[in-house]
Amino acid sequence: MGEVTFLEVSKRFSLRVDGEVHHVQALDRVSFTVKDGEIVALIGPSGCGKTTALRVAMGLDPSTGGRVTVDGREINGCGYDRGMVFQHAELLPWLSALQNVMFGLEMKGVRGAPLREAAEKYLHLVGLRDSKNRRPHQLSGGMKQRVGIARALAIDPKVLLMDEPFGALDAQTRETLQAELLDIHARTGKTILFVTHDLDEAVLIADRIVVMKNGRVQEIMNVPLKRPRPDLSLVRGTPEFAETRYKVWRAIHDGAAVHRWSI
Amino acid sequence: MVDIANRQDKAAAAPETETAERKPLPRWAITLVSIVVMLILWEIFGRRVNPVFGSYPSAIAVAFWELAVTGQLWSALYDSLRPFLLGYALAILIGVPLGLLIGGVRVAEAALGIYVTAGYAMPLVALVPLLILWLGLGFAVKVAVVFLMALFPICINTWLGVVAVPKTLIEVGKSFVAPDIVILRRIVLPATLPYIMAGIRLAVGRAVVAMVIAEFFTTISGLGAVIINSANNFDTATMFVPIIILMLMAVGLNWLIGFVERTVAPWQAEIAGRDRE
Repeated sequence: MGEVTFLEVSKRFSLRVDGEVHHVQALDRVSFTVKDGEIVALIGPSGCGKTTALRVAMGLDPSTGGRVTVDGREINGCGYDRGMVFQHAELLPWLSALQNVMFGLEMKGVRGAPLREAAEKYLHLVGLRDSKNRRPHQLSGGMKQRVGIARALAIDPKVLLMDEPFGALDAQTRETLQAELLDIHARTGKTILFVTHDLDEAVLIADRIVVMKNGRVQEIMNVPLKRPRPDLSLVRGTPEFAETRYKVWRAIHDGAAVHRWSI
Repeated sequence: MVDIANRQDKAAAAPETETAERKPLPRWAITLVSIVVMLILWEIFGRRVNPVFGSYPSAIAVAFWELAVTGQLWSALYDSLRPFLLGYALAILIGVPLGLLIGGVRVAEAALGIYVTAGYAMPLVALVPLLILWLGLGFAVKVAVVFLMALFPICINTWLGVVAVPKTLIEVGKSFVAPDIVILRRIVLPATLPYIMAGIRLAVGRAVVAMVIAEFFTTISGLGAVIINSANNFDTATMFVPIIILMLMAVGLNWLIGFVERTVAPWQAEIAGRDRE
């Protein structure tokens, strides 16, 4: 099981700009559910609160209202039921790829032979068995993010939370990793909530897309594409992909931004 | 699918250069040439100066030999090194944890930070008479002077290092529910290590100066005594011997610390691309 529910989650913080205090409503009564085994994308213009929502779900930032539950239990700070994949992988530079994966496991209290076995198993899962002794600076951007994914998966969380995981990668590597993520999802069945600003990525990977704007949920859309999606290049050619992509695009650009340019 | 991706990534990450590059002159060779040129120039111009007002390498070498064979130099060096090493070691042992504390705990930063910042600029020479009143003229006061001079750069650098640890790395620890003490040991300390080593390096020069100050102002002893006595006798060449030994000692310690840094924190040099020299 691994069902994440946002219930009227709000987040307010104050910001001092040129001596004036501004109150920012980063999240305004955000509610949606990610069902067990589902992949949900959070998308929206920058500053819409999508990353804040993810950080609140992880427990890295406290909410100022509402609650987030995992399988009905309200979260209180970070926990091993959720695994976080950071935007720039954020590997510890003094540890090898294997040791980085082991880090999370060690924190969870895994010791001895199972520790190494589990870490190697997840490095293998992300296709990095042969590079386990490299340190982060000896890995390419794509490899780093694979280690980041392995580190989060290794603690066997119910939910994988990903903050623009492929945003910093070049187009080819991004496509490879998107396909691999779907592959990993098919094999592990983890619930995945991920933040992205890439329309294609959202439609290709997600089952549902939550469009956010100004801290609110603007729209929640189903992606009418069947699983499994073994060949993403074929998916791109389907009319459903184009149609959904356009609908999401309209939802994001609904309002001022479009009209301003169409005078 | 996974394997293909892996191979592509490996090609992208391979740092090895396949064509042999033309090797530039190694660093040590440049330093050596610089030293030789410096010594020759000093020798040429030093000989034209009245030996009371200056000296030159060959005269200093002769003076060094005389001090060395009589054993005077070695006993002076031993007398100097004992308080130096103890004071310096204490400064590391106390400065690093203190810096970690001030950098890591908000209350400690607010309560203690100001003393460390002020202490760094403290005119220590002016305080030596007071330290003598407290600790006497012997070994203890020399240790104290070296300790006080070396403590602050180590502490401040450690502090700055902790503050500079990327917030996201700490969040990695938090996301795996690591307790604060584990985050400190497994994330903050390794990330701060390059700063700590830089602080320890900066402290070498200050500790050497402190040692000589202590020897001038308390019981005249060690290498400081050799400097004072030969200066009083207008024996400038002999006076230069301990000065040069102190400078060599600082350079040697610096190199040693650099070596330790590359051993305990090799990733730093690797990240900066300085590992292939």
